[in-house]
Formats: sequence, C-alpha cells, structure tokens
Amino acid sequence: MNTSAKKIVYYFISGTLILSVFISYFFNAPVTIAVLSSAIRQSTPLVLGAMCGLIGERAGVINIGIEGQMLFGAFTGFIVSIWTGNLFLAVCAGMVSGLLLGLFLGFMAVSLHVDQIIAGTVINIAAVGVCGYFYPTGLSVSNKLQAMSIPFLSDIPLIGPLFFSNSPITMVTILLVFFLQFMLFRSTWGLRTRASGEHPEAAETLGLNVYTIRYSRLMAGGALAGLAGVFLSLEAVGTFERNMVNGRGFIALAVMIFGRWTPIGSWGAALLFALTSALQTQLQFSDTLHIPHQFTGMLPYLMTVFVIAVFMKRNNPPEALGMPFEKD
Amino acid sequence: MTRLASILQSLMIPVLAVLLSFIIGGGLIYLSGADPFLALNGLFMGAFGDLDAFSRTLEKATPLVFNGLALTLAFKAGLFNIGVQGQFLFGAIISAAVGCYVSGLPVPVHMAVAVFSGIVAGAVYGMIQGALKAYRGAHEVITGIMLNYVAINITDYWTKGPFMDTANSNSIPRTPLILESCQIPDIWGIPSGFLIAVLVSVVLWLFLKKTVTGFEIKTMGQGIHAARYAGIKINGMMIFIMGLSGGLAGIGGAVETMGVTHRFQPGFNLGLGFEGITIALLSRIHPVGVLPAALLLGGMKAGAGMMQFSSDIPTEIIDMMMAMILLFVAADKLMTRVLPVLKKKEKGLALSAGWGSK
Repeated sequence: MNTSAKKIVYYFISGTLILSVFISYFFNAPVTIAVLSSAIRQSTPLVLGAMCGLIGERAGVINIGIEGQMLFGAFTGFIVSIWTGNLFLAVCAGMVSGLLLGLFLGFMAVSLHVDQIIAGTVINIAAVGVCGYFYPTGLSVSNKLQAMSIPFLSDIPLIGPLFFSNSPITMVTILLVFFLQFMLFRSTWGLRTRASGEHPEAAETLGLNVYTIRYSRLMAGGALAGLAGVFLSLEAVGTFERNMVNGRGFIALAVMIFGRWTPIGSWGAALLFALTSALQTQLQFSDTLHIPHQFTGMLPYLMTVFVIAVFMKRNNPPEALGMPFEKD
Repeated sequence: MTRLASILQSLMIPVLAVLLSFIIGGGLIYLSGADPFLALNGLFMGAFGDLDAFSRTLEKATPLVFNGLALTLAFKAGLFNIGVQGQFLFGAIISAAVGCYVSGLPVPVHMAVAVFSGIVAGAVYGMIQGALKAYRGAHEVITGIMLNYVAINITDYWTKGPFMDTANSNSIPRTPLILESCQIPDIWGIPSGFLIAVLVSVVLWLFLKKTVTGFEIKTMGQGIHAARYAGIKINGMMIFIMGLSGGLAGIGGAVETMGVTHRFQPGFNLGLGFEGITIALLSRIHPVGVLPAALLLGGMKAGAGMMQFSSDIPTEIIDMMMAMILLFVAADKLMTRVLPVLKKKEKGLALSAGWGSK
C-alpha cells in the first residue's frame, strides 16, 4: 500500500470511530460516557508504558523491563502512601523508583553491554522478588487519588466529562502525550534522542555523548513507567497485588509499535486497546454477551500478538535499536 | 589440562554468583533480625538433610531441568523462549487429559501416549511463536509472554469446564486424577521423573555436540546473517527449534503431572519459566550444566519451608535470592570488571538483534 492509500484508510477508520461515538452519544449518553471514560482510564497505564518504551527505543535501547518498572512503581507508591499518608509524596516516590530501575537498566545495557533483552528480563524478575519479599500483607491505603473536575471545561458536553473530569494522573498523561510529541520531534532534546537511536556513531562524531543520552532517556522513561505503576495501585485499585500489572508492560510495547514509536500514535493505539476492553466489560455487564470470562480476558493478549505480528516490520523501528554502542 | 582449566574457568562465574547471592541473602536475614547461619542450615537440611528431603529436592528440580533445557536449546540458537510457561501448562493439561480419559491401555503404552501428547502440545504451542518470529518478525519475548497469559486463561477455562473433575460433587476447579496406569512411580523413594530428566539432558547434549542439526543450531546462535550465508534455512530452523524447545517444556509438564501432582490444577507451577531462565544462564547454557543448576534451585525451593520453620524467615527470600543469582550470571560483565581473571573469550548472548529485524 502506498502512503496516500494508507492515509485514506487511517482517516476512514478514525472517522467511522468518531461518527459512531456521536451516534451512540445521541441515543444513550450516560452509557457512552461511561464506556469512553473507562477506556480513557484504562488507556493511561498503557500509554505511559508505551512512552517509557519509545523514549528508550528512540535512543536505541530496548526496554523489556517496563513490566517490572510498573510493578516496582506501584509497590513503592503504595508503601510510601501507607507510611506517610501523603499521596503527592507517594506519586513522586513511585516515579523515582521507576527512574532508578531505568538507571539500573542503563547501567546493564549501556555501560556493561549486557544483552538488552536479558537486562530487561532481570529487571522484571528482580521486581517480583523484591516486591514479594518486602510486601506487608493485609494493608490498604487510607485514601485513593480522587477524580477532579476542572471548572468550566468539564461542563462541555461529551468532551468535558471525558477529558476534564477525570483522575489526575490520567489528565496529566494526556498533557504528557502532546508535550513528549513536541519534545521528540521539535526540540534539541528529541533530535539528540533520535540521533543516538538511529546513528550513534554519527552522534558521537558530532560531539554528543551517546552514553549520557541513553542513560537519561532510560531514566526519564522509567519515571513514566513508575507513574503508570502508581496509577495502578493508588488510582485504579487502592491496594497492591503482586500480579497487578498483569502483562501491561508488554502490551505497552505493542501499543508503542502500533503507534509507530510516536507519543500521539501510541495514545491512539492505547485508546483502541482500552476501548475494546471497556466495550467488552459493558457488553458482559449489560448481559448481551455470553462468553466465558477467560476468553474475553485473553483478548488484549491476543490483540498484542496480532499487532506485533502485523506491524513490527512495517512500522520502521529505529535503526540502531538493540545494538550496544562501543566507544573507541 | 587446558580443557580442565577452561571448564574450571567457566564454572567460576556461576559459583561466585551463587556465593554472592547467599551472602547478600544472609545479610537480609540478619537485617530482619534472625540468625543467618541457623536459617541457611535449615535451608540445607530441608533440601539435602535426609532421604525424604532429598527426594523432595529431586521432585522440585525435575520440572526445572526440563524448562532449563528448553531455554538452553533456544539460547543456543539465539532465541529466547520465554514462553516455556505456556508450553509447560499445555503439556501438563493435555497429558492429564490423556491420563484420565483414555483407558484400557497397558501401562507402558498409556504412559508413552500421555508423555507423547504432552510433547506435541508443548511443541505446537512453541512453533506458533517460532512461526510468528520467522515469517512476521515478531520478537519471541513479547509473543511468548502474551501466549503465556493466553495459556493460563485457556487451561483455566478447561479445568472449570470440559475437563473439570465432577466426582463426589467436587467444586474445586481441577481435572480428575489420572488413572494408575499412567502414574510414574518412585524407585526406592527417588522420583523417577528426575531420572528421565537426566536422560533427556544427556541426549540433548549429544544432539547438540554430535549431529549436523546441532551444529546448525549453534551456528544460528553465532549470528543469523552468517548462518543464512552458510546455507541454513533460517525460517524453518526457527520453527523447528521453538517446537523442540516447546516439546522439552511439554515433557516437563507431562512428567510433573504423571509423577507428582497426578492431575492438573490451575495456578500450579507459575513462575517456572522465570526459574528456567536463571537455570539456563547459571548452567552457562550447557545441557548437562542444567542438572546441578536445577538441583540448586530445586533444593532452595524444597528447603524454604524448613528454613521458615527453623528461623521464621518468609519463604519469599528464596525468590529474592534467585533473582540475585540471575542478576549476577546475566550481568557477568559486572563481575569480570571487578575480577579481570574471569574474563572469558566466548561471545556473549545476543538476543536483541532480532527485535526490529527487517
């Protein structure tokens, strides 16, 4: 397919989606808003994870440890919230813990040249080990992060309740999507990131320090994955379980690939993933669908496999992805 | 002599990794207010203290050997079969189904059919990943993890639906007990599943060392492009290797079902895949090296209960220590940096090259 034909297909699909949203809003506003806002909520950890992945991959480092970073962020946020009772501190702590794991990944993958897939796997397994050992059983937080409404903006029909009357991390995430899109493609920061992922030798020749770039991008990404974890423990559930991430770190990688390694694309992909699962919950709930929950439960995983199989090659990953950079 | 020296040298990193993890684990035990020596003594006694303990260790080690072998074989070809978990589950549930629903066969035939169907189940599930990688460039780590979740869901559905044990108005989701003609017995208190595991690991070692296919597998591990240049049909080999690797995990599931649990129950042996990674790396990716590595981890799992009993340390410390072992063997460059003596000449694992392959 050539580019213009592809564009027409994309416009057609998004146009159909938007049109169907309006039609269903017209017929049944409360259910439409419930399904859509649930989709936006569920997309939050996915798009944060995808942004974590794409910052690293744009700089040339595969991050397969997003799952572990999310779990550790969820855990740290949960523990700090119990210790201090201060949700703001808890969110920060979760982000810092993800950032530290990003630093650790950088140490293994960038400085030691450990295979990047192995390095990420180490992070995933270590996170399970640490959280399992230090997890104090039977605790729950006193207060979750509550939804907020932005005055005036939240009164707009359809758009208001969806985007301006939501939980704080979700709203921040939407801002971050546009901010990161701008940074990645319109700033020096982004140019340096992409240079070290496409052609590290050239970047180094121009006087950039590829190691520093890769380290800092992995740390920034780690903070986002930590935020995704905090979302899971403090906003969505209000407690911590060892299996609460449930593969989202890997689904996020598929979201990133589907979104062509761009923040806005990833956001769209994450919304699509989340919309299917929100619709499925709604259909199950309204008793129109009688499929065993195991089959609907594995839908996101099958979708991930499908997306990876169809789009991995097609969507042009960064050129130097996965290659350790050796300084002379 | 030089051969002995090189073997000793390749043993240094795993041994140091284990020692270091035990020292840090002991430190953690000390920090939580218990006596580390008492705890480690409890761990040792619970794993190797008497025949009962030792047979428990062998029992825990058996599935670990098979999963370790599955990963070792894939690693040899530069593939990361993180989907062993799902292949293991399918091997286990299919052999459990054959074990309880197929009747009237003589003992050895029934056993062979059950093991064989377990192998096929695991192999087919592994080949899906191989094909996705070969023809679609989908990295096996993502598809593997996703298919693990799919396997958990499907086996969960089967054990609550078509394969559910309905005898005596049972309401626990599990399959019926397998027939006696399909249960692998213990020999003098030693689980014979472990003997099968030893046999398979030796066969795999000879296969890799002596056959042309084994050589081709190792060539692929040195680099896909060189292997393609050497005339190896990469796509077919990838599917074959992932199938063989899945088959090894499938035997693990079958042997575990027929020798230990005698039925399939959801949630059994979760986390085995990750332990398999640790074992494969601890063995320096050597089929025979998998045996001592699996005995070590199996012993840690078997002795954890006794350790908790003797010094009140939560058994989760074992998970933590295993994670540290993995860290130290995976990041062996960390240790070679501290101790330059350990520097090895062989090339490290390269798995990420296939990520964005075009």
